[in-house]
Amino acid sequence: MGVESKDAAEVDAADILGSAIERREDPALLTGDAEYTDDIQLPRMCHVAIKRSRHAHAAIEGIDTSAAEEMDGVVDVFTAEDLDVPGKLPVGWLLDTLKQVDHPILASERVRYQGDALAVVVAEERYLAHDAVGRIEVDYDILDAVTDPADALADDAPALHDDAAGNVAFDWEIGDREATDAAFEDADHVVGLDLENQLLIPNAMEPRAAVAEYNPSENELAVHMTTQNPHLHRLLMSGVIDHPEHKLRVRAPDVGGGFGSKIHHYADEALVAIAAKRVERPVKWQATRTETYLTDAQGRGHQTHAEIAVDDDGTIQGLRVDTKANLGAYLSTFAPSVPTYLYGTLLSGQYDIPTIHCAVEGAFTNVPPVDAYRGAGRPEASFVVERLVTLAARELGEDPAEFRRQNFVREFPHETPVAVVYDSGDYEKPLDRALEMLDYEEFRERQAEAREEGRYLGVGFSAYIEACGLAPSELAGQLGAQAGLWESSLVRFHPSGTVTAYVGTSGHGQGHQTTFAQIVANELGIDYDDVEVVEGDTDEIPQGMGTYGSRSAAVGGSALVKSSEKLVEKSREIAAHQLEVASEDVEFERGEFSVTGAPDRSIHIQAVAQQSYLAHDLPEGMEPGLEATSFYDPENFVFPFGVHAAVVEVDPASGEIDFERYVAVDDVGNQINPKIVEGQIHGGVAQGVGQALYEGAEYESNGQLLTGSMQDYTVPKAVQIPSMETDSTVTPSPVNPLGVKGVGEAGTIAAPQAVVNAVCDALEPFDVDHIDMPLKAETVWRATSETTVATDGGEE
Amino acid sequence: MTHDITLTVNGTEHELSVEPRTLLIHALRDEMGYTGPNVGCESSMCGACTVHLDGDAVKSCTLLAVQVDGAEVTTVEGLADDGEFHPIQQGFQEEHGLQCGYCTPGMMMTSLQLLEENPDPSEAEIREALEGNLCRCTGYQNIVRAVENAAETMRSQKQELAADGGGD
Ligand code: FES
Ligand code: FES
Repeated sequence: MGVESKDAAEVDAADILGSAIERREDPALLTGDAEYTDDIQLPRMCHVAIKRSRHAHAAIEGIDTSAAEEMDGVVDVFTAEDLDVPGKLPVGWLLDTLKQVDHPILASERVRYQGDALAVVVAEERYLAHDAVGRIEVDYDILDAVTDPADALADDAPALHDDAAGNVAFDWEIGDREATDAAFEDADHVVGLDLENQLLIPNAMEPRAAVAEYNPSENELAVHMTTQNPHLHRLLMSGVIDHPEHKLRVRAPDVGGGFGSKIHHYADEALVAIAAKRVERPVKWQATRTETYLTDAQGRGHQTHAEIAVDDDGTIQGLRVDTKANLGAYLSTFAPSVPTYLYGTLLSGQYDIPTIHCAVEGAFTNVPPVDAYRGAGRPEASFVVERLVTLAARELGEDPAEFRRQNFVREFPHETPVAVVYDSGDYEKPLDRALEMLDYEEFRERQAEAREEGRYLGVGFSAYIEACGLAPSELAGQLGAQAGLWESSLVRFHPSGTVTAYVGTSGHGQGHQTTFAQIVANELGIDYDDVEVVEGDTDEIPQGMGTYGSRSAAVGGSALVKSSEKLVEKSREIAAHQLEVASEDVEFERGEFSVTGAPDRSIHIQAVAQQSYLAHDLPEGMEPGLEATSFYDPENFVFPFGVHAAVVEVDPASGEIDFERYVAVDDVGNQINPKIVEGQIHGGVAQGVGQALYEGAEYESNGQLLTGSMQDYTVPKAVQIPSMETDSTVTPSPVNPLGVKGVGEAGTIAAPQAVVNAVCDALEPFDVDHIDMPLKAETVWRATSETTVATDGGEE
Repeated sequence: MTHDITLTVNGTEHELSVEPRTLLIHALRDEMGYTGPNVGCESSMCGACTVHLDGDAVKSCTLLAVQVDGAEVTTVEGLADDGEFHPIQQGFQEEHGLQCGYCTPGMMMTSLQLLEENPDPSEAEIREALEGNLCRCTGYQNIVRAVENAAETMRSQKQELAADGGGD
């Protein structure tokens, strides 16, 4: 069922949008020509290594850097004392009740997580820098640590910040509490569940890195770094290191994956920039994998009690959710938005639920800052809803697929009780398709037969929804965002007729060079090969917001459409002038402007471009040249959706789970490049299956990370990820000119509950209602054996 | 203290002086400029640094440069022949077997060794062979297809060669 890819040369120009053409970024990546940050070599370049706290919580009594300073080849060593810049990381999303706490880039009095930065070494060589870090002595007075959000909020918890009493970062709620309580009183059934959405470590294959170069006579600073959003990094870094924004260039070379971890502003990249200014030489910092485990912002970290109210006839009446969210030691860039607006607003799922109430308490703990990780809030919401509807169906004795269908939203736009308006949807289609692919009835028969033989098969559904392309800026501002959420683009014709399209997104594996060229070629009616796409460099593209939250196609792609439209309009004026007709009488099709009714009187847009620069014969008063800029601010979010289903077999004796099938039917609106869409789904599902079965950050009671390497934290391997069968339905979004929705996070959002639901379905005979992720064999075995004992003992 | 060693990388001989502790991956990348192989973990878990050493796929983050004095190394830079993609590169391109590309050089080097030993591997054999190479982007599915695609091309090239009377 896989999508076949095509060579761009074989695709008719009229079909370029929507074709599965091979990616143009691949040749460099396949030959070793790609340039990742650590590939950059500059003359006189030094290397940076960072001294990090070995304890999760401690007062710092002293830092002795003298032994490091004395080493041959060490160029500079600095601590917080030596900084003459503000040196505090800002938070980019404010909530009414938020306690903003200081987040210094170098700790001086207290460390709050293992890995907190304490000192920086600049040395002539990479190994030497690390050696010197090893010689820095830190005197710690160890304090009690807490890593679990519920524990952190308890009365006797160690306090992390003087100005955040009880470790409460914020208290937040959404929905109507009273109406929800009333709905629960009236409902025939209430089904409740305690569930945990564990902390995850993003594990992009390329660890974070930065190379900074400084030109003192011009006061120009350039930072090449692993970023998903160079412009935001430029803005934030400019304040943190006190360097004028217009004299700071942030550039993303090739970036080896991000999944959210390269959105946020960290201490490290700011320290590298400071080091370059101090030593007036280029400097490079490349995180080791150990450093990424200790310092990359982690994801999820929710503890939730949730309940659903249902009537006898299967109608959902309400949803009540209470969540404690782990924020880690400090507030990372967008951290406050993730367990609040990105989470609470999605709790209606695909269902028409009359009342919802959700309360979230954010907790400071001694783990690294927690922020957006692929999906960011939406996987947590979808997990809650999809676990609850599965349980509710079981309680009522209804089929889980039909129970979902019965409660689907059917009319669009649809306003939920948690403040969002779904743009468009057709939720039954993916469900029907998934059931067909599963051969569902046959499966249920097979499942029953297998049970007779003592084999436990299960199917789990996930009818997920996602919110992408966060917008519009005004709304984001009302919710607390400290940034606009538009995207900017510039489309420029060169006199020879080729085009360079600049856009403020910043891809890191998503294939933007290809998809964006498809969009622009289609809009302008020119050859795909005549369009070049540039992104990821603040010197080339003055403004932008970056790539995260599946916003690139919906917002960035739309910005490219807007600029292209402006170009076509200017070109039409020129064409009409030269064809000596009114512009209303000129038609534009596939690059050609022709006179209505006289198609042989025509001029191609590439010839118009040439004319615009010749400027010999332009309409009166028109400026020469042909380029256009736009800032596109979307009118609403887009809401992709779909149904994923996992089929598993569980061995209750060992707790082992075998995948039989994984079926994914997604509706991401119009698809610009179906091959890339499919690839995004695969990758997302793999991360979701990773969460369901293998992944999770684990800490000792003193806050030491137990899963601090790839030996201990399972990034799934090829043998651990099932083969996926994918298909799609297409419901265009009415809120953007491309009709696209967004696909990057779909798989990660959908997969965890599909797997957990499947395992719980398989173990229904054992009365297993829920097992917390990751579903390790031992956990599953315990869940089955405990219930067996309970049943045998007649305790229930 | 440094040691003088000789390495032949993609057919070019290099003489260099390295510290006893210099890892092969750093000698390749920092000393000789072969930045194709990447560093993902420095602990032989991820496979991003995989190169061929005297014909065998090895993780260059767990070998010291001095240990391999005199050896022949092939990196991803040595795969394409005069600008023509190797079938494995072509397979990855056609099947969308990469996204960010960071794992890709290592993936291809490991896959090649598999295909040399087993020209017609099953899906399970491919997944098994990639056990030491992690990818965070693709979900592996298209990597498996890429290897199948390359296997097919390489088999038919071999057949053509045999038909031409070339044989092995
Ligand atoms: S860098 Fe060598 S295996 Fe990961
Ligand atoms: S393509 Fe990004 S890690 Fe494999």
